[in-house]
Amino acid sequence: MNFSEVFKLSSLLCKFSPDGKYLSPQEPTQSCLGRIRDAPAPQDFRGFHQEPVSGPVGRHQCVLSVLSSQASCVQYRLVVRDANTLQILQLYTCLDQIQHLEWSADSLFILCALYKRGLVQVWSLEQPEWHCKIDEGSAGLVASSWSPDGRHILNTTEFHLRITVWSLCTKSVSYIKYPKACQQGITFTRDGRYLALAERRDCRDYVSIFVCSDWQLLRHFDTDTQDLAGIEWAPNGCVLAVWDSCLEYKVLLYSLDGRLLSAFCAYEWSLGIKSVAWSPSSQFLAIGSYDGKVRILNHVTWKMITEFEHPATVNNPKIVVYKEAEKSPPLGHLAFPPPRAATGPLTSSESKYEIASMPVSLQTLKPATDRANPRIGVGALAFSPDNYFLATRNDSVPNAVWIWDIRKLRLLAVLEQLCTVRAFQWGPQQPRLAICTGGSKVYLWSPAGCVSVQVPGEGDFQVLSLCWHPSGDSLALLSKDHFCLCFLEMEKGVRMAFGQRGDCT
Amino acid sequence: MGDWMTVTDPESKTLPQYTSETKMSPSSLYSQQVLCSSIPLSKNVHSYFSAFCTEENIEQSISYLDQELTTFGFPSLYEESKGKETKRELNIVAVLNCMNELLVLQRKNLLAQENVETQNLKLGSDMDHLQNCYAKLKVQKLQNIIASRATQYNHDMKRKEREYNKLKERLHQLVMNKKDKKIAMEVLNYVGRADGKRGSWRTGKTEARNEDEMYKILLNDYEYRQKQILMENAELKKVLQQMKKEMISLLSPQKQKPRERADDSTGTVISDVEEDAGELSRESIWDLSCETVREQLTNSIRKQWRILKSHVEKLDNQVSKVHLEGFNDEDVISRQDHEQETEKLELEIQQCKEMIKTQQQLLQQQLATACDDDTTSLLRDCYLLEEKERLKEEWSLFKEQKKNFEKERRSFTEAAIRLGLERKAFEEERASWLKQQFLNMTTFDHQNSENVKLFSAFSGSSDRDTPTLHSRSRQKKPHGVPSGSPVCTSKLTKSLPASPSTSDFCQTRSCASEHSSSINVLNITPEETKPNQVGRECTNQKWSMSSRPGSQEGCYSGCSLAYTSSHVEKDDLP
Repeated sequence: MNFSEVFKLSSLLCKFSPDGKYLSPQEPTQSCLGRIRDAPAPQDFRGFHQEPVSGPVGRHQCVLSVLSSQASCVQYRLVVRDANTLQILQLYTCLDQIQHLEWSADSLFILCALYKRGLVQVWSLEQPEWHCKIDEGSAGLVASSWSPDGRHILNTTEFHLRITVWSLCTKSVSYIKYPKACQQGITFTRDGRYLALAERRDCRDYVSIFVCSDWQLLRHFDTDTQDLAGIEWAPNGCVLAVWDSCLEYKVLLYSLDGRLLSAFCAYEWSLGIKSVAWSPSSQFLAIGSYDGKVRILNHVTWKMITEFEHPATVNNPKIVVYKEAEKSPPLGHLAFPPPRAATGPLTSSESKYEIASMPVSLQTLKPATDRANPRIGVGALAFSPDNYFLATRNDSVPNAVWIWDIRKLRLLAVLEQLCTVRAFQWGPQQPRLAICTGGSKVYLWSPAGCVSVQVPGEGDFQVLSLCWHPSGDSLALLSKDHFCLCFLEMEKGVRMAFGQRGDCT
Repeated sequence: MGDWMTVTDPESKTLPQYTSETKMSPSSLYSQQVLCSSIPLSKNVHSYFSAFCTEENIEQSISYLDQELTTFGFPSLYEESKGKETKRELNIVAVLNCMNELLVLQRKNLLAQENVETQNLKLGSDMDHLQNCYAKLKVQKLQNIIASRATQYNHDMKRKEREYNKLKERLHQLVMNKKDKKIAMEVLNYVGRADGKRGSWRTGKTEARNEDEMYKILLNDYEYRQKQILMENAELKKVLQQMKKEMISLLSPQKQKPRERADDSTGTVISDVEEDAGELSRESIWDLSCETVREQLTNSIRKQWRILKSHVEKLDNQVSKVHLEGFNDEDVISRQDHEQETEKLELEIQQCKEMIKTQQQLLQQQLATACDDDTTSLLRDCYLLEEKERLKEEWSLFKEQKKNFEKERRSFTEAAIRLGLERKAFEEERASWLKQQFLNMTTFDHQNSENVKLFSAFSGSSDRDTPTLHSRSRQKKPHGVPSGSPVCTSKLTKSLPASPSTSDFCQTRSCASEHSSSINVLNITPEETKPNQVGRECTNQKWSMSSRPGSQEGCYSGCSLAYTSSHVEKDDLP
């Protein structure tokens, strides 16, 4: 495992371009970037890409960094680097501080949103001199995102008055009224064909389905929700999951043509759904709720097939509990090679995983129930790209990550960290889970075992967030104002392919 | 109590000397044992019940009871006395009446107590029930409160939302309708669409096309899912068929017997029929619609399963029966029998051993006698004697050799141990001059081979030379040493039992030692080793040669060599 040097960064804005797939085109594409934006480019975009491209387009990493060497703070810059060599490919300067950053699905454009000024600036990688500036004027701007074709930009105005759809191809501007201000009100299907939008009119929730190619309304139906909190397409693009706000446990499943397929309610009277995730095969819908359980619905009957509890004590010899322990030299038998930091200068204490003996009681928080948004319930869950594993975090046991075996529908392993788990993300190609806790280490789990890796460097590099390269070979670690890349071991064939590619470009 | 009695009871004054004592005595007997000593009854204090009334204090008891009873409102036990001086007489009728009344009272009390207890229980359960109800009510109430609050909240939210919407609308009008020149897009030039096509106008046609496309997608999804389900169904059907077949084949041998016995033929017959039907339609079975196939299949499987179940149950019953019948069965050997048998066998073994002993003794005696009358045997067995002499010589030679071997083995093991220790010490050094050593070893190898040649020339008859050469040629391979050693041993073990003559043995021995030398193993000083008669100088040379710091592999092969030599001895000894 190798680490790059440390680069400057602001607002945790560091994103890989989604076209890492062109490195190994035969592999299935699983973009790992934004939550809304993780639709891989549809087939149509390939044609565009076959045009002769000058310069090493592809596998870029887009990093926003504030250059402290410059005196004035007005110049806010966007740095595009090669994701492998980390050489700077392009430098763009925006008008104000960038608050949001997004790659277009075909990796040709980058969108920078400057919410404070109600501005969006778009940059092209092919033509550095090309630029586009969208001003929302006095209406203000709270959210901006690409449409899946990479030629339209959806801007949400302040107070959610409307969504403006700007086209980069024509002068046309479309408006969508009554968007709902909620946790996740916009979702595109993976193939980029349809947009589902949550709306609120006359105190009722509606869902509109648009065809992305011409922004025509395809379906419009009201949902039986008190206060819709989120919507998400199944990866196959045929089923839309709609869930209610945390006050009521309710999941509704709609077909693409607006028919209600099923409704699910696990209990009443108590705080309900906290997180929702589809399995990549669209086979399962995992629902994490405030009662500390994950319920899994199947795609045939839409009934619950199992319930995963998150007990504070684990007492089953079949379950492996990895406990992070603050100790010197790392274990030899772990799946990943020992970190380079073990030989280098130690900035902070080493840690390693120990396999705890049963029964294990995990550290739990006593939630303050008299406050809003209590730290209870399953707040994060994610399926591995191969559908085999589900990682969850129960917010009342903030230091632990649970990993469930979906094939056997049982708990497989628990990782108990020394600090609160900030974020975790599955590797896009292999079932590898990267975890960060805001400390100077990154943790990796795979079915073979797990390892904690010290991020080398002078100061304390506090990993607040991380994101995978689409190839799964490297990992960007983000701290408050720095980032670095962590290169994992590659298989030989992949490395060869990589090398050849490098020669070509 | 005593005070109260003295005050209220008018009759107590008539018996002043008694009352002062008696008013306390019987009651205090139960409660205050300490006071009992002052009372005349104190002698029989040990048992309370008998202590109340004795021969001596009948009068007192009666008067006390009378007193007590009168205070409770019973008639006096005494007859009405005419005068105060005359002694009052006990009225038996009154006593009996009193007793009766007391008994009745007692019964009544018991009854009342029972009633009270049941009532108590009832009340307790009622209480529990009520508490439960209360809890439920409370929950309900809370739920109602929550629900009402929720509705209130929703109502308020709606109201606020309406206001909010109004404001939004207003804002919308203000912000959007005013020609906001700021709202604009500056773009250098418009880019082409991702698919390279031009945008199309929105018409009714596009709408229809969109619908079509959507349904196509949905249909595709459903088709895909249906295919999956069909596949799954086919798999399951296959499994069921397989199961059915296996069940039938499993049950068919058992089927004959019950049919002969004719106790349960219905199920089997049906299954037979079913089987035939299945055979007929096996090919077409997959094409049939779900329902018919399913019914057929599930029915037959169910039947088979029932049969299997009954069969297993029967088997279970049989097993339990066997268990019940216990170990008296013929084919089950009881533990006692077993032990007896073993004892018998042991006895037999003992006897056999004794027999052998006596036979041996007899043989020896015979031999001794044969030696005694030498003269007779001399005439007859002069050849024999000669041979015997030779044998004896050989025997002694063997013995000596054996001794030598033993010593050598010991030294070998010692050397191995020392080697191990030295190896540890040398391990650090070894890393540095391993290369050099390797070179040395190759040069030694050359020397070795020369030595070996010399040795083989020494070692014996020419016809024996071929195997050694053969083995040496193998050993010449530079690193094939550990693999070479087992080959050598196998040869030895093979050759030894066939011709256990001395020369051959020496040959094998030499082979082994040669082997050791070529391996360059052992760190043995020449004084320690006792060379055997044949090829003494050679072995000496060899040992001195091999007294170089041994490598690891050398040690291992040395060990194995020690083992082989011991093996040789074992085989060779009579």
